[in-house]
Amino acid sequence: MDTFLWVIVPYLCLATFVVGHFWRYRYDKFGWTTRSSQLYENRLLRIGSPLFHFGMLGVVGGHIVGLLVPQSWTDTMGISHEAYHVVAVTGGLLAGIMAVVGMVILIYRRRTVGPVFSATTVMDKVMYAFLAVVILLGMWNTIAGSIMTIGGEYNYREGVSVWYRSFLAFNPDASLMANAPWGFQLHALVAFGLFALWPFTRLVHVFSAPLGYLTRPYIVYRSRDDQLGSHRPRRGWDRISQ
Amino acid sequence: MKVMAQMAMVMNLDKCIGCHTCSVTCKQAWTNRTGTEYVWFNNVETRPGQGYPRRYEDQEEWKGGWTLNKRGRLSLKAGGRWRKLATIFSNPKLPSIKDYYEPWTYDYATLTDAPAQEHTPVARPKSLISGKDMKISWSSNWDDNLGGSAATEKHDPMLAKIADKVKFEFEQTFMFYLPRICEHCLNPSCAASCPSGAIYKRAEDGIVLVDQDRCRGWRMCVSGCPYKKVYFNHKTGKAEKCTFCFPRIEVGLPTVCAETCVGRLRYIGLVLYDADRVLEAASVPDEHDLYEAQRSVLMDPHDPEVVRAAERDGIPRDWIDAAQRSPIHALINVFKVALPLHPEYRTMPMVWYIPPLSPVIDVVRETGEDAEDTGNLFAAIDALRIPVEYLAELFTAGDTVPVDGVLKKLAAMRSYMRDINLGRDPDASIPAAVGMSEEEMYDMYRLLAIAKYDERYVIPPAHAEQAHSLEEIATECSVSEYGGGNPEIFGEGSGSQTPLAVENFRMLQDRQTSDTIASPNDKAARVNLLNWDGKGAPPGMFPPKDADQHHGRGDEQ
Repeated sequence: MDTFLWVIVPYLCLATFVVGHFWRYRYDKFGWTTRSSQLYENRLLRIGSPLFHFGMLGVVGGHIVGLLVPQSWTDTMGISHEAYHVVAVTGGLLAGIMAVVGMVILIYRRRTVGPVFSATTVMDKVMYAFLAVVILLGMWNTIAGSIMTIGGEYNYREGVSVWYRSFLAFNPDASLMANAPWGFQLHALVAFGLFALWPFTRLVHVFSAPLGYLTRPYIVYRSRDDQLGSHRPRRGWDRISQ
Repeated sequence: MKVMAQMAMVMNLDKCIGCHTCSVTCKQAWTNRTGTEYVWFNNVETRPGQGYPRRYEDQEEWKGGWTLNKRGRLSLKAGGRWRKLATIFSNPKLPSIKDYYEPWTYDYATLTDAPAQEHTPVARPKSLISGKDMKISWSSNWDDNLGGSAATEKHDPMLAKIADKVKFEFEQTFMFYLPRICEHCLNPSCAASCPSGAIYKRAEDGIVLVDQDRCRGWRMCVSGCPYKKVYFNHKTGKAEKCTFCFPRIEVGLPTVCAETCVGRLRYIGLVLYDADRVLEAASVPDEHDLYEAQRSVLMDPHDPEVVRAAERDGIPRDWIDAAQRSPIHALINVFKVALPLHPEYRTMPMVWYIPPLSPVIDVVRETGEDAEDTGNLFAAIDALRIPVEYLAELFTAGDTVPVDGVLKKLAAMRSYMRDINLGRDPDASIPAAVGMSEEEMYDMYRLLAIAKYDERYVIPPAHAEQAHSLEEIATECSVSEYGGGNPEIFGEGSGSQTPLAVENFRMLQDRQTSDTIASPNDKAARVNLLNWDGKGAPPGMFPPKDADQHHGRGDEQ
């Protein structure tokens, strides 16, 4: 069971994530977009969207540091366990609260603003459910696990993080996850579910973060395609659901 | 010096009757789809008026286009690259659907489905955004023909600039129409605003396009364009804009808006410009110099040095020829009667306008004076400051001198040509008064008033020589049929792709418009000269001599 949960499922999800993105990029560049609904509604979005997105950037940054930097490195740099813990929990809380508040505003907006709700696909709703559960479980782990230490103290840097690195090195140690508290276990499992869904949702826009904009020239020149319009017409429409 | 070619348009506003045919045909061709209901690549505005989207010209509000920063360098008015990325999660300057209008349809089904009742059923308007009943309160031309009235005067950002001089007394109102498409700027701020780099300017003909596969829907182009001519398709989540009908332009046909224009007021042609001087010209400190700066970037296609440079930079010979015959070059740089729309946005727009003389003429005519007399018209142009200043706000960043000059040329042309039309001796002093020769004046008349189809549209087809690929079967490795060919083996989609070329286009057109299946109606028979041994004359080789050989020809005509 441990092997299934902490070796097979994560690798299946990872494979879906990688292959799915390749497939989506190859066959659905036209559908690769943020699918913004700002045109319909701006008042709530203006607050909710930056809160959520900047919060998530903080959360992702925190995860990269927490999962990928081994404890031994910070030890050799002379950062004590307590100091690290304080910084991580403060930063995590701040980013997490931003993300949660933003998410609540955005979900409220999506549900109550008519045009936005009718532009919401089934995939969007499934994705929202996974995303919300992952974020809430993450917050639970931070608050209940790290601050209030419900269910005993747990140093994820000696458990979950080590497993995650072993997972990325294709040498996974399932026992490390099996011994983690249920909050972490659930968080990881739902997150992997989200990763598996990722390429099929609007979340793909994460990988289009336009960093190239900072260095490219302002005006882009391109030559006309050699073949005049003889591409097979790709699907330029979408079914109207009514 | 780097010579580039640009496909450009000039509209003669005097001829626009505001019929919206251009808008309607454009919409039918390009934006009659879900998600683009509110999108008008071409729209016609009544000026003075708010425009579409409402008050788009108020750049203090919308921050479109370029501006000079503190160091005098050209920068995006809405902020640079870092600012764009920092606000990417919620575009601060995106017009809402209310600034355009809420598109709607009618519940037509009720008309046929309604049960028998005392009153006639009505088709209620339904919002295409929310699907609910709605009250129609605005549209893309809701203030059509309300120019200069009290209903719109306070909303026109251009009028606000000269408001202290404008007295909206009924007798003094003036009005004209302004058809607008994408400007296909030399220095497009939409492209500069696009974080994904999806908007590009085509190197061959300068048409600005959105790559639908690269657009990620960040919406910065919508804010960046001061003309608000990039639209967000709310169904696909991608930006869309006027394409200058490039599939038509590539085969030498004018755009849909131009082709269907009832007033025949649009001109399409090439201009050659110096790409190295665009930035410099867009950065001149005084806004009043922008018109001249922009004009100076466009090069004289008759100058042998320009021609040499153009050939060096890979512009095909027939394109240079087309640039020499270009009506756009003539109107902008020879007759100097076309002016750019809002040069103060510093995007170097490439759709120019001949300002309307009609408001002036109307006023003169109302006073009972001769509206085509040079003296009267010149005096009226000087006296009627309001239309001139308003036009200057639109076309020359508020500088009335060029507008004055253009209107006087148009007035002089009317007077000069009237003498000719009435059989009097032409008066050479009239063209001389506006600095033109008699011949130039007549040429201008020919281009503006006669406006022959092939003089209005000088469009060289794109170079996509396909001789090699058309001979694919003979000269290329047929293995491509197995590996690189079309995956569909059966049905309509099978086989390799048919290249779209002028030949196909003409063939298709012939097929769609001819009545007979194979042989053309207007020829008695086809003659195969290969089989002719030189003896006698085969039937159909020469036109028939008498009437009974005329069969099949005169019947339907």
